[in-house]
Amino acid sequence: MSLLEVTGLTKSFGSARALKGVDFDVRAGEVHCVLGQNGAGKSTLIKTLAGAHQPDSGEIRWNGEVVTLADPVAAIELGIATMYQELDVVDGLTIAENIFLGHEKARAGFVSRRDTSRATRELMARLGHSQLSPAREVGTLSAANKQIVAMARALSHDIKLMIMDEPSAVLDSEEVNNLFRVVAELKSQGIAIVYISHRLEEIQRIGDRISVIKDGASTASGLPVEGTSTKKLISLMTGTDIDHVFPPAAPLPDDAGVVLEVKDLAFPGKFSDVSFSLRAGEVIGIAGLVGSGRSEILETIYGERKSSAGSVTLNGKVLKPGSIGDAVGADMGLSPEERKSQGLMLEEPIYRNATLSTFTRFAKGPMLDEHAERVATKEQMTALELRPAEPNRITRTLSGGNQQKIMLARWLIHGTKVLLLDEPTRGVDVGARMEIYGLIRKLASEGTAIVVVSSEIEEVLGLSDRVLVVADGRVLAEKKATEIDEHGVLDLVMKGSAA
Amino acid sequence: MSEPTTTPPALGNEAEGAPSTLLDESPMRQSASKRFFSSAAGRSIGLIIALILLVIVGAVTAGDNFMNVNNLLVILRFASVIGVVSIGMTFVITGGGIDLSVGSVLGLASVVASLGAIQTAASGFWPLMVFVAIAVGVIAGLVNGLIIAYGKVVAFMATLAMLVAARGAAELISQRQTQVVNNNGFLDFFRGDLLGISWVVWIFAIVAVLGWLLLNRTTFGRRTVAIGGNATAARLAGVNVRRHTVYLYMLAGAASGIAATMLLSRTTAGTSTHGQLYELDAIAAVVVGGTLLIGGRGTIGGTVLGVLLFAVLTNVFTQNNLTTSVQLVAKGVIIVVAVLLQQRFANRETSSSA
Repeated sequence: MSLLEVTGLTKSFGSARALKGVDFDVRAGEVHCVLGQNGAGKSTLIKTLAGAHQPDSGEIRWNGEVVTLADPVAAIELGIATMYQELDVVDGLTIAENIFLGHEKARAGFVSRRDTSRATRELMARLGHSQLSPAREVGTLSAANKQIVAMARALSHDIKLMIMDEPSAVLDSEEVNNLFRVVAELKSQGIAIVYISHRLEEIQRIGDRISVIKDGASTASGLPVEGTSTKKLISLMTGTDIDHVFPPAAPLPDDAGVVLEVKDLAFPGKFSDVSFSLRAGEVIGIAGLVGSGRSEILETIYGERKSSAGSVTLNGKVLKPGSIGDAVGADMGLSPEERKSQGLMLEEPIYRNATLSTFTRFAKGPMLDEHAERVATKEQMTALELRPAEPNRITRTLSGGNQQKIMLARWLIHGTKVLLLDEPTRGVDVGARMEIYGLIRKLASEGTAIVVVSSEIEEVLGLSDRVLVVADGRVLAEKKATEIDEHGVLDLVMKGSAA
Repeated sequence: MSEPTTTPPALGNEAEGAPSTLLDESPMRQSASKRFFSSAAGRSIGLIIALILLVIVGAVTAGDNFMNVNNLLVILRFASVIGVVSIGMTFVITGGGIDLSVGSVLGLASVVASLGAIQTAASGFWPLMVFVAIAVGVIAGLVNGLIIAYGKVVAFMATLAMLVAARGAAELISQRQTQVVNNNGFLDFFRGDLLGISWVVWIFAIVAVLGWLLLNRTTFGRRTVAIGGNATAARLAGVNVRRHTVYLYMLAGAASGIAATMLLSRTTAGTSTHGQLYELDAIAAVVVGGTLLIGGRGTIGGTVLGVLLFAVLTNVFTQNNLTTSVQLVAKGVIIVVAVLLQQRFANRETSSSA
């Protein structure tokens, strides 16, 4: 019998239908992954299971009985704890105080420090984190350890099911591994986990079964992780057959010269001995799991991080380590992982974002030439099919896909020879995603050399001519993209990590 | 698949029940009035209306004592010193920083420029005093900027330290004595006028116009806005954020230096107490004017209006023989009201698009 069974769950907000029929069931002691794109309804589903939202229709059964989760307290009393992305821990209190906030261990009305402290130690031991002292202030902890505290708080109630909303989003590689150990530990104690994510790679590592929602409705329920291909998951998530998503790569002309040469590059604690060369018009992908060092490699090539060894040579010029100015000056461009926080000035008009690295070039001496900037921006917007082509629009009002196009426009205006793309389709709709893929291939066919990093291995393989497989900060293999598939990459990564 | 497929609006953490708007909302759908009031000109209109109301109040309560050319010139002269400081402050705040040391640096610049030795050296060439004052300000700003940009100390603390230290340095140098300005060339120039308007006022006007051009029409201004709007994005686009940050504090220091010479001429003395609490008046004028305290959006015109608003307010209160205590309370109320209005418009803007 299932621990939790959800059938036909629907929920609307005004005229917007967030959930249009979600079905899935969770068995005791399993890790059940719920997959879905941004906006698929994952957050609404979580809040409904946590008692924060009331469903319009549908059933929630707990141990076979229909239950109503009137509020979050009711859910916790039943045994369902929820860990949101924004952790609700209090920085100024100690670990023990946080865990027992609201249900302090008291004797005759006085909080008993000894009892609290002992209970906290037991909980931390259950989570494999005995090294964290109950008296430590939570504000001094890393995001990962705050997560542990939040989990300990959930465990301080007698819970059977823990819902985790994209818990890996704020963690680095070591921390993700640690999180997975904790998840395995909880599972072995008989606690069921609902793990929400859109990172397919994580699901393959820790999931038992998978349910997929798309546009608020279940497209798959309780699929076994073993034997379900990533390709199938993507098509369930997006409703698109991904065979046709990636445009074919044009054959590289034989005379295409090497533009980027990375040699023995290293950054302490993140990666070392990274070498590869890239020809004009070629797309190289860096495939690896979260925290394999893939983003750090990109950042170090660009000079955002200062390398400790090795060199980056662009068109014969050796770049100064740690100098973004040098990289940009030598016609290298980066579209960063977090577009909104690292890439764009959201309150500014589009053209000012598009010309952020070139406005001095349009300027006549110190005086800006905004007209020329608008003209150049409009030209690129048309070329990139960014509609409507209004350079004066405020950037915030654009969709994720169009904001990504502005990042491309920035470097196109610059005339970049080497383009580094970190997560080029994060937060981008399916349709726009394919447009972005098309644009990347088009830029390559016009001679731009491109390095792609993505958490979606399928995306890396689909876009690239060649792939570097990385794990634990080392390049394990360099392959033609046609010679390896996702399983091959994962096999390499698993073996490499074990070695 | 050239058209993006329609996906349901993201219902993540947004307020429950709020109808989600489509992401690519057409700007046409914003009402005209809302667009107007969230534009720079629209925000200034509110200030102009407030200023006009205040002038009417002044005219009604104080009559001809208030509404005469001399009094209006007095108001402008009064506004000019803090006005110049505020223009410099506008740049720092727009760039995402804050400078608490402008008043102290002004005091220090006034003391150094009016040192006996400097005045003697400037006896043949009075502008030397001006250069010295500006140089003091620029050096103080350089120190601020280096500590903030390269030492990675938060601007609030770095300039708070400068606020204390510059005041102390001014006391050490002047030995807490008032240094009388006796350089006649210097005094004559600043006492002079052009078209009946004091040079002090002209200097404010020139600084404001140059500041407007610098912020709105030059690459320097674009960098300032970009850094205040999203420093990481600017850095990753190849803008030298640290160097520009240093320039911004040097600019604020230079403005304090200029203001110091204006105050020297008005008071005919340099003292270590010059410029006390000017940092607060300047920040108030800048923010009331419509510059975002978190950076990324700045308006020189708004700052000028903010400065004038407070100057007229002070004058109206003085004309009506109200105590400075009452003035301070009124100032406080204006600051809160202005910031509340600013936030109201800012919220409207984001809720209409996100």
